[in-house]
Amino acid sequence: MTPFYRFQFYLFALMAIGAAVLFVTRRSPVAAALWLVNVMFALSGLYVMLDAPFVAAVQVLVYAGAIMVVFIFVVMLLNLGRPGQLPDLRAAAPRLAAGVVGVAILANLLAVRRNTFPSVELAPPTDNVVTPVAESLFTEYLLAFELTSVVLLVAVIGAVVLAKRKATA
Amino acid sequence: MSALPVLPALAVDLAAWFPRHDPQLPPDSVYTFALASSIKLLVVFTLYMLGVALLTLAERKVSAWIQDRRGPNRAGPFGLLQPVADGIKNLMKEEVRPGNADKWMFIIAPMLAFIPAMLVWAVLPLATPLPTPWGLIDMAVATLPIGYLFMLAVSSLGVYGMVLAGWSSNNKYSLLGSLRSSAQMVSYEIALGMSTIPVLLLAGNVSLHAIIDQQAHMGWNVFSLSVAWFIFLVAAFAETNRLPFDLPEAEAELVAGYHTEYSGMKFSMFFIAEYANMATMSGLMAALFFGGWDIPFTDWDNTGPYTVFKTVATLAMFAAKTGAFLFLFMWVRWTLPRFRYDQLMTLGWGIMLPLALGYILVIATATLALDWMGVPRDWRFSVSLLGLNVVLTGLLLAWGDRGKLVSPASARLDARELARRRARSTVAPSTAMGAPTARTLATAAAGAHDVTEEIH
Repeated sequence: MTPFYRFQFYLFALMAIGAAVLFVTRRSPVAAALWLVNVMFALSGLYVMLDAPFVAAVQVLVYAGAIMVVFIFVVMLLNLGRPGQLPDLRAAAPRLAAGVVGVAILANLLAVRRNTFPSVELAPPTDNVVTPVAESLFTEYLLAFELTSVVLLVAVIGAVVLAKRKATA
Repeated sequence: MSALPVLPALAVDLAAWFPRHDPQLPPDSVYTFALASSIKLLVVFTLYMLGVALLTLAERKVSAWIQDRRGPNRAGPFGLLQPVADGIKNLMKEEVRPGNADKWMFIIAPMLAFIPAMLVWAVLPLATPLPTPWGLIDMAVATLPIGYLFMLAVSSLGVYGMVLAGWSSNNKYSLLGSLRSSAQMVSYEIALGMSTIPVLLLAGNVSLHAIIDQQAHMGWNVFSLSVAWFIFLVAAFAETNRLPFDLPEAEAELVAGYHTEYSGMKFSMFFIAEYANMATMSGLMAALFFGGWDIPFTDWDNTGPYTVFKTVATLAMFAAKTGAFLFLFMWVRWTLPRFRYDQLMTLGWGIMLPLALGYILVIATATLALDWMGVPRDWRFSVSLLGLNVVLTGLLLAWGDRGKLVSPASARLDARELARRRARSTVAPSTAMGAPTARTLATAAAGAHDVTEEIH
């Protein structure tokens, strides 16, 4: 690792961790959502450093763009009162559950870290970053890809059904 | 006397850092690359800010021209210093922050509206590479292999500024404006993204350089993918919140929409952001559909050896195309009235999205068929696609002109159609009345009990 690379790695890593901590500690859901966008940006910076610009762009596009816009939409509609008068959305039980999951993930990471990773042959550098992804997606992992799309379709149809339901009033 | 020995040492160092290189090949020194990138960054940023400032003047001049007035002509020759005067005025004005506003979000919202529009210019290829004694310098601030995806990802962030502005102001008109803008921009972003997929299908790559190269060899995408360009154009108007889609700040209904509570320089940033977005969309349209810097009817510009004159000529070409679209944006603004909110949503989801999806299917099939028939990927390929597009565009225009779905408010509906629509609609017959915005907004935001109660 060159010093430049190391500097960049720690920059983005610290940014991601700092923003993630702020994300879980904010009271206002909107502020939390904004910090989550920051986490996504820092992660996308890390992906670029791993020579995966496509994943980096999709990271921002999907998470920071689409999901966060929808998320803020929902948050705003749930939250039309004054910011100061809101009750804390985070009750004791969800906090406890989140803490347990967090500890479990940490333990998992530590366990994984004890093993050595199998070395993977690096793909040759290419000008076209889409082709390698597309090839594996539409040949080797075609079934998984199609199944995922069916799952998403179910979600879309569910949303339409819910939105179409006539108000009983 | 100590200066003399230092100077040659410095000169030697500089020569080592920035070695001379073949002008027709990219530089291999990291330092040359870093310096060139910094210079490009400064130049593009400066020109962009200057251009956006002048655009605010151009808008007023064009509106004056269309309305047969003179427009601003007091500050400087032809009113050229008007943006400077506006800027000074806005800096001097008092900044008002509403008492119950969320302080930090109120402050960062104008920045979030402006910065994404500017970032897109980091990846747009502006001209052919510039040969210098230190190597061939690419004329885009950053040559990304994912240029197109970067542009899509960054420009989708522009909505944050408006949403946060409306939310943090703690004002119902601001909130309504920001809800509208989020719904509008999310809806049309899908059509915008989908309309560019045929472009990617033809180029076979997501790098903007590859897209422009493909157009330089096969002819501009506006001819081979006319329908996609049409969808992109309409979606671009919606994405920039320009008339006929300026519902987020509809002054007749919402005071000034999401920026109602903003004053001074913060308001000015929203104002500038609108022009920044226009410039970005125009640049993208030029790059994706009009060949970017490509000069038509000649191969002179896209074959080596590269010269400084070629760079200047192609840069002028790109500027001319972008400028033409900017003029179109202004022309439309001072010509067309605003859409109603339900028309906007019907157009976005009911027409643009299915149209874009169907077009992807048609173009993918046509590309596959032409490849299978062995049509070479040059002008013959484009002409075949052009023929297909002439037919499709004709059908589209004939179908769109039936005067049913997107009919203007003044168009008459026959009694049967009106009855059908009334029966279909669960809310009050919004099509029959002139002021349905509150109701349709309430249906769009079905969970917003507070808002609906306030309105009713």
